[in-house]
Amino acid sequence: MIEVKNITKSFDGRTVLHDISTVFEDGKTNLIIGRSGSGKTVLIKNIIGLIKPDQGEILYDGRNLLTMNKHDLNMLRREMGMLFQGSALFDSMTVLENVMFPLNMFSNDTFKEREKRAQFCLDRVNLSDAGHLYPSEISGGMMKRAAIARAIALNPKYLFCDEPNSGLDPKTSLIIDDLIHDITVEYNMTTVINTHDMNSVMNIGENIIFIKEGIKEWQGTKEQVITSNNKALNDFIFASDLFRKVKEVEMQQEEG
Amino acid sequence: MGEYTLLMMKSISIPDRWSMFFKQLIKEIYKLGVDSLWIVIIISVFIGTVIAIQISLNISSPLIPKFTIGYTTREIILLEFSSSIMCLILAGKVGSNIASEIGTMRVTEQIDAMEIMGVNSANFLILPKMIGLMIFIPVLVIFSMFTGILGGIAASYSTGTGMTPASFEYGLQFYFNEFYIWYSIIKSVVYAFIISSIAAYFGYYVKGGALEVGKASTNAVVMSSIMILLADVVLTHIMLT
Repeated sequence: MIEVKNITKSFDGRTVLHDISTVFEDGKTNLIIGRSGSGKTVLIKNIIGLIKPDQGEILYDGRNLLTMNKHDLNMLRREMGMLFQGSALFDSMTVLENVMFPLNMFSNDTFKEREKRAQFCLDRVNLSDAGHLYPSEISGGMMKRAAIARAIALNPKYLFCDEPNSGLDPKTSLIIDDLIHDITVEYNMTTVINTHDMNSVMNIGENIIFIKEGIKEWQGTKEQVITSNNKALNDFIFASDLFRKVKEVEMQQEEG
Repeated sequence: MGEYTLLMMKSISIPDRWSMFFKQLIKEIYKLGVDSLWIVIIISVFIGTVIAIQISLNISSPLIPKFTIGYTTREIILLEFSSSIMCLILAGKVGSNIASEIGTMRVTEQIDAMEIMGVNSANFLILPKMIGLMIFIPVLVIFSMFTGILGGIAASYSTGTGMTPASFEYGLQFYFNEFYIWYSIIKSVVYAFIISSIAAYFGYYVKGGALEVGKASTNAVVMSSIMILLADVVLTHIMLT
């Protein structure tokens, strides 16, 4: 479980995050949603420790990220997996070497065992035959899956995903969403996903935090999104005709 | 300057995994050093030849002995060309390579990915490049000296320059000071540190996209060239005066 308590962050006198508090629960896909520039990425970077907040606390199962010494922080980071927007696979390594990288750095297993574990992770994301390829030789969806395989190689307790569906077609996006959800449940991880993809919200949003101009505007589940009266949330989620019609149908069914 | 010092402190530390460090080191020696061998040899042979011909054509006084051509060619190559000028050329080739590689890793979040894993990215990426270059640049300098002199010898066989191979070879051996080779090697090790650390600094702190990576690469070459020239003056003053 990750607890975020009263996080505030400013850049050059401009406050980007205002007093944000929330809890990300184990075994659930926790989504941070909001418009571009609303502060989602700054929030996730604060949570993983890439940016230090001006005030507040970030607790990983009771351990405060902000007061940890360097050694403890490094140990905590080995419990984290991260899926970046652009996948961030290492260009100079093959897909298998990418997945083996965290194992090579931190595992005391033999080479054979590390290779077996990396291959297992690749099998888990349906990339069994792509291990020998370089990132430049595979598609965007395969790159995301390879990055997920690398992120879970060390059996992390916490998984962070920054815009996992950006640049992907709707079908591949659904595959990636389902994969992240299944892995979260399977390994009982605390997964935090930063997204503005409404399909993801409706598909895997078990705990959704809506950020507007750096303020936590709303929190709930995907079922509560439909029935919420929060104007800012409705303007954001139901911006398209399709989603507005979906909401109308859902509301009529509930009333009927 | 403060940012550069902090980066160096972060880079020059005990590696997380020695096996990974040595693997990276071998890769970097090959990529930055061995891959530069051909350009070093080609440039050195031609410049050695041209130096010998130019000196020969400019010494017209009968009072100056012909072996002076070999002697002067050797001194130019050993003292300045194979270390300083060659490292200026390598600053362009190797420096831009390091800055653009690390810069691209920065803008594509590969460095952030390492940091999230708990890997000291500066140590993992920069230290093998610095040590690899400091190990291999002296080798390149020795190759440059050898092939530059060979270029000069080749020129002595050509007609119309007033040189003879015998006088050239006598000049090469005349009043030879072994320390000049050590002087060049020591200088090249310092230059290797300058090239790799400055290029790594510009790449590591790049912000933006492809345009900024290009700018960082250019700035790295310009800054390391200036620092090489400055170090040349300081080291020459310390070691030869």
